[in-house]
Amino acid sequence: MKEFFNMGGYALYVWGSFGMTALLMIAEPLLVRSRRRSTLRRVSRLVRSKHTGEQS
Amino acid sequence: MLPWFSAIAIILIVVGLYMGFFVAPTDYKQGEGYRIIFVHVPASWMSMFIYLVMAFWAAMGLIFNTRISAMMVQALAPTGAMFTFLSLWTGAFWGKPMWGTWWVWDARLTSELILFFLYIGYIALHSSIDDNRRADRASAILVLVGVVNIPIIYYSVKWWNTLHQGASVSVNSGSSMATIMLVSMLVMALGFWAYSIAVALGRVRSIILERERDSTWVSELAEMRR
Repeated sequence: MKEFFNMGGYALYVWGSFGMTALLMIAEPLLVRSRRRSTLRRVSRLVRSKHTGEQS
Repeated sequence: MLPWFSAIAIILIVVGLYMGFFVAPTDYKQGEGYRIIFVHVPASWMSMFIYLVMAFWAAMGLIFNTRISAMMVQALAPTGAMFTFLSLWTGAFWGKPMWGTWWVWDARLTSELILFFLYIGYIALHSSIDDNRRADRASAILVLVGVVNIPIIYYSVKWWNTLHQGASVSVNSGSSMATIMLVSMLVMALGFWAYSIAVALGRVRSIILERERDSTWVSELAEMRR
């Protein structure tokens, strides 16, 4: 186990590469999802305000 | 389609990581350090491939004036920029132990850095113009001009004497890698490919909603009735 994480002395380089890749490839889908939610909220508020504006 | 591509991406990347770390043997020259290849090469391929797809959509947008193509370009750009950054980052973490330096002004590395600036330039240009249609046109031209950089990156290791090694996988001469290493790398590349499609589709949904917010179909969406 310890040997595996040591990566034959290349631990910093191997895990530095895989770590940054994992970080970005997990963060990006989360950002996309939060953007989707905030867009839905904003657009639906716009649509509703337009509707009430037409009725009054 | 989005959940499918997400699932394919996760499965392929997990399998690719397993093969890359536990099945593929240690390299005789670079020891365990070579395992960076399993993210470096797929990320570099995607950085170039996404740019070509963006250029395709940009051309479609300019020729046929279709709105969705410009939105696809916009949705792909951040993912492409991310993979270009990862390619440079993992390259630096590979160059340090093998070449003794994080960075050299080598043709391959420099042209990949230019690719990164092209992505950033596209995003900056597009967001600096308020009118969407004008932003689409101007930035599509930028993307198309930047396409010349892609063959430069690809052939840089042949045209110049570079510190970066030549291609390990080539259409003409096949592969110079052990089969199991190659298969692990291809599985990772396919996983990254599915990931890119999933993220771009997810992003384009928001862009479409933003841009079409005044249209009737958006106001009739089920999600708006809450």
